[in-house]
Amino acid sequence: MSDHLPDWIGSEGNPPNFGDPTAVLEPEPYEVVSRSDDEMVLSMGPQHPSTHGVLQVVLGIDGETVKRAEPEIGYLHTGIEKSAENLFWNQSLTVIDRMDYLAPLTNNFAFCRGVEKLLGITGQVPRRAQQIRVMMAEMTRITSHCIWLGTHAIDLGAISPFFFTVDLRENILDLIEAASGARMNMTYFRVGGINGDLPEGFLERLDEVIAKFPRRMRDLRDLLQKNPIWTDREVGVGVISAEDAVAWGLTGPSLRASGVAYDLRKIEPYSTYEEYEFDVPTRTEGDCYARFLVRLDEMEESMRIIEQVRKNLEPGPIMVNEPAVALPPKPSIGLSMESLIHHFKLVSEGFRVPAGDVYGAVEGPRGEIGYYIVSNGENRPWRVRTRPPSFYNLQALRKIAAGNLIADVVVMIGSLDPVFGEVDR
Amino acid sequence: MIEALPLWLLVAIKSLVLLIIVITLFAYTMLAERKVLAYMQLRVGPNKVGPWGLLQPAADALKMIFKEDLTPSSADPLIYRLAPFIAVFTALLAYAVIPFSQGEHGPWSIANVNAGILFVFAITSMGVYGISLAGWASGSKYPLLGSVRATAQMISYELAMTMSVIGVILQASTTSLSGIVEAQSRMWFIVPQFLGFLIYIITAVAETNRVPFDLVEAESELVAGFHTEYSGLRFGLFFIAEYINMITVSCLATLLFLGGWSGPGSSGHPLLGLLYFVIKVFAFLFFYIWLRGTLPRLRYDRLMAFGWKVLLPLATLNLLVTAIVVALWY
Repeated sequence: MSDHLPDWIGSEGNPPNFGDPTAVLEPEPYEVVSRSDDEMVLSMGPQHPSTHGVLQVVLGIDGETVKRAEPEIGYLHTGIEKSAENLFWNQSLTVIDRMDYLAPLTNNFAFCRGVEKLLGITGQVPRRAQQIRVMMAEMTRITSHCIWLGTHAIDLGAISPFFFTVDLRENILDLIEAASGARMNMTYFRVGGINGDLPEGFLERLDEVIAKFPRRMRDLRDLLQKNPIWTDREVGVGVISAEDAVAWGLTGPSLRASGVAYDLRKIEPYSTYEEYEFDVPTRTEGDCYARFLVRLDEMEESMRIIEQVRKNLEPGPIMVNEPAVALPPKPSIGLSMESLIHHFKLVSEGFRVPAGDVYGAVEGPRGEIGYYIVSNGENRPWRVRTRPPSFYNLQALRKIAAGNLIADVVVMIGSLDPVFGEVDR
Repeated sequence: MIEALPLWLLVAIKSLVLLIIVITLFAYTMLAERKVLAYMQLRVGPNKVGPWGLLQPAADALKMIFKEDLTPSSADPLIYRLAPFIAVFTALLAYAVIPFSQGEHGPWSIANVNAGILFVFAITSMGVYGISLAGWASGSKYPLLGSVRATAQMISYELAMTMSVIGVILQASTTSLSGIVEAQSRMWFIVPQFLGFLIYIITAVAETNRVPFDLVEAESELVAGFHTEYSGLRFGLFFIAEYINMITVSCLATLLFLGGWSGPGSSGHPLLGLLYFVIKVFAFLFFYIWLRGTLPRLRYDRLMAFGWKVLLPLATLNLLVTAIVVALWY
């Protein structure tokens, strides 16, 4: 139990009375966007082809020049954090998946790491499980960047790259499906390991995808990176300085494009990341083009990591050897009464996690995805609080959009790569 | 026997036949675009309606007709309803003077006007009224932005387009479209007027609001641009107008720069000439589709800068040089 937590968390699980509940709260002052004679108010979203989900940006425009941009969020609030409080530890992984629906496995990864830290089994998670986790997380990064690149290109009027990226994404999703059984919201990771081992023939199919990858990337680079119209649209647009990026809490490619080489995989390596050779693509320009290049380079770096994992993959168990957390092996359930009871108990009431609080984070495709988890010793989390990278990255939009054209705002939203399942949770 | 018919009946029959041909051509240009784009993008395109999806245009048209025709309450009802017809009417009217081949009794066209090229430009410039009035009368913000863009873009690019064509007119010393084709009997104008040709095809893309100059619709910025509020057949009419304009500028490019129906063995064989003409037009159409499959969209201010600072000076230079050469050597 940490010292800084109030002592009521550990015992009853209910917070004490925080003052008079009948007191009237003063509402926060809210700036109303109103029309003036030389300004038209244009509501871009929440239903707009290029706000990547349900972002609403209230624009004050003069002609085509944006004078003010007010991002409005909350249209996709689903109460995932609250739902997680009512589910067993392993069950809450399923809703955690649905936050960043383009990269479910990194969400899983961060949450599992947090819970494992609380349980004190971080070091015991078997090596093969760690390696497969890394492989899956990197595959997720590529699939997520695929969707980002395709939709970003569509925002700029180029439709073909979308189909190339989706083709690549499909190939990787086929692999993930073979391993986890699902193409979205896979919930492949479990506290203490992963759900199942890689199926037969997986590695051979992986080799095919690895072989196909460089050609696809070359196509995409040829279509976009060297295209004068593309560079004209992106270079110098939406510049975020390194100081601003740090001050707003940006992480991931959006931060690294501003020249800050912050990557959790390098800074505090987890799950065998320290063994692999990979670079952290960093640029100093801080504009949309820099973010575009950083993400493209990241896709290639991720593939490098996957190749190394594939080479170094060792046979072994995929679940921690800790009966309190891990289900007994399936064959033993039919043979031993104890195993059956053990299995039944774990499934029907889950496992208990010692009281305390923990922050578990990994480097997701959009930046540092982290979960602050508080346990009061029950079989459910007492509180889960997300650090959603999209939410922090999106903050920058308001500052960089002002003074640019409407067409630029679309480029900026795309280059920040928000996912609204995660922003609104 | 043809001579026996009264002139008005002859023109009416010709117009009707041509209307059907052009509308069919529009439908299959659209299908071709979808198919070609699909193959460029690792897809197969429409293939369910009829063999190879050949009946897809009919299905689309039926769907369009049965959709509800909505008029927003904030729209100016008369102009809002009229605008699509202006767009289609002007797009179709250009075909009154376009010759498709050369027969014994003169060019195959509804009317052989000696100022044909001027007529085509006069009519197609009216087409922008359809678009800008539609956006303005919708009483909505995105269409308004789209129509402002349309007006600015069309005016800027029409200037450069006309300048690039004047070079051809000077060299052919006629404004009759069939006359221009005859003047290319020795050499297609694409050779002496190469710069003019380049400027023409670039401005033609801008004139027809195609990628990379499709800022008027700019789906990802302005939702659907000027036709955001339109639905049903009225939306379909804008669609028809866009594709017919695309075919028109391709026809013009063929007539002005690629020698129209001329080709090996085409003199005295009007049908062969027609075939050459169609092949050349389709080459241009394919080029437009190819562009759409490859390029991103320009930004609005860059588009204007490109039109005024690059294309217009170049077109003027081309015109000057042509004028001097024609004055000295022809």
